[in-house]
Amino acid sequence: MEQSEVMERVVKILTPWVKDETALGKVSMETNILDDLKVNSARLVDVVIAFEDDFDIEIADEDVDRVNTVGDAVNLISGKL
Amino acid sequence: MFGGAIGDGGAKVSQNDQTQGSTNNPYSDSRGRKRVVVTGIGVIAPNANGVPDFEMALREGRSGLKHQETMVEAKFGCTVAGTPEGVDALCEKTFTEEELMAMNMNHRYAGLAAIEAWRDAGLTRPAADSDEVFWETGAIVGTGIGGMDTIAEKVVPLTNAGKIRRMGSVCVEQVMASGISARLSGLLALGNQVTTNSSACSTGTEALSMGMERIRAGLADRMLCGGAEAASHYIWSGFDAMRVLNRKSNDEPEKASRPLSASAGGFIPGSGGGVVMLESLESAIARRAPIRVELAGSGLNCGGHRMGGSMTSPNPTSVQRCIGDALADANIRPEQVDAINGHLTATGADPKEVESWARALEREPGSLPSLTATKSLIGHALGAAGGLEAVASILMVQHGFVHASINCEDVHPEIEKHAASIPHSTIEMPDLDVLVKAGFGFGDVNACLVFKRYRE
Repeated sequence: MEQSEVMERVVKILTPWVKDETALGKVSMETNILDDLKVNSARLVDVVIAFEDDFDIEIADEDVDRVNTVGDAVNLISGKL
Repeated sequence: MFGGAIGDGGAKVSQNDQTQGSTNNPYSDSRGRKRVVVTGIGVIAPNANGVPDFEMALREGRSGLKHQETMVEAKFGCTVAGTPEGVDALCEKTFTEEELMAMNMNHRYAGLAAIEAWRDAGLTRPAADSDEVFWETGAIVGTGIGGMDTIAEKVVPLTNAGKIRRMGSVCVEQVMASGISARLSGLLALGNQVTTNSSACSTGTEALSMGMERIRAGLADRMLCGGAEAASHYIWSGFDAMRVLNRKSNDEPEKASRPLSASAGGFIPGSGGGVVMLESLESAIARRAPIRVELAGSGLNCGGHRMGGSMTSPNPTSVQRCIGDALADANIRPEQVDAINGHLTATGADPKEVESWARALEREPGSLPSLTATKSLIGHALGAAGGLEAVASILMVQHGFVHASINCEDVHPEIEKHAASIPHSTIEMPDLDVLVKAGFGFGDVNACLVFKRYRE
């Protein structure tokens, strides 16, 4: 799967939790999920479950801890496909 | 007032107050307490969603009870229940996708009803990204067994399967008792006391009493009060096991809830949400809010599981005391009561309840006020019952009518002497001034509200 397609799906999955629509409009690999998109940190576990379901993968807790940006998520997921 | 066994505290207070006259402050009652009025109502009910259609449903005597396939599949004895319809569409219009992912059925019913009550009170729903907090507005919105659907469908199976992580972040807020009121705080930026009460079938009624006291005490200007209960066979199964649900009317769902009837065979479970905006009269006048009725007083007590009371049966003495306490608190004499919206579930407790009303209101057969049971239309919505039935009561006082108590053409023999007081079709009562609403719950707990037509 192309990285751009993973990126597109990651952004789509994140969208319901995003509080800053402006940041979503100019999202990039460097966009921070908590600081820029203003996703509630408590909901990150739900985001991870959605990643697992959408891409049919399993994400370990220690991997989750290393995800800060959209790019971190895209790279983590791409590595498991 | 109540006979020797009950005591006379409430009666003395009431009669004393009658002679005191009111203070000169129009915003205070005769005891100098802040007057509390209803400025908004909201309802998600088995027979209607939203206040306009709910009023129409009440006037039409429209039943919201239907056959439930989930109850058939689970081999319930009773396979009829009352569940609101069209809620998903309302939710999509009202909540964001993120909000919906975090809200179970209980939260959705409460949220829809609370937002309707908020708007009905002339208020604008605050933006989610606004930092405005309504410090003088709180919520006491209760539930009986709310969250059971989340427990049954997520918590237990995922925990047993060793898939804890799959529960995600929302299970706790969906099953914690305070989740229902906390959710309302987030939806409406409530900054005063926000809590969930729970007193079984008297939950919603109790919530209004508690909210009224907070406003009277000057601790809040506005309180959203009521209750919600999810539509889930997991909530209802325990009652079926107790054989307190009607098993004899599965083929005729709309006739299955039969309060006051000789052929009553138990209650029919209901669900939904009913929320009332209580507000100090002073605040309501200051912001020119619409005023529907006045909540003049209330009573709360427990029978102590004595004198015939138990975990599952009401102590008749405590029921009569609760009604008397509410009238005394409202400074209303028994003869001033025009209508009763009873607890009346269609179990064996109905005759005892009617007798308690007659004794507490000092009425002989033939002179009991109009007596109706909203549960005949929507079933027994448990923790939501008081909220839903308070909304029905408010509409009846405001618009001067008493809705039909359906399915009791065959009035119970022990209630027959009061049969003339039971409306079988809606009656217009333009002079309806005082209506008393009560809820009596498992645990021997009682709550009673006195609604009064608003006058300056």
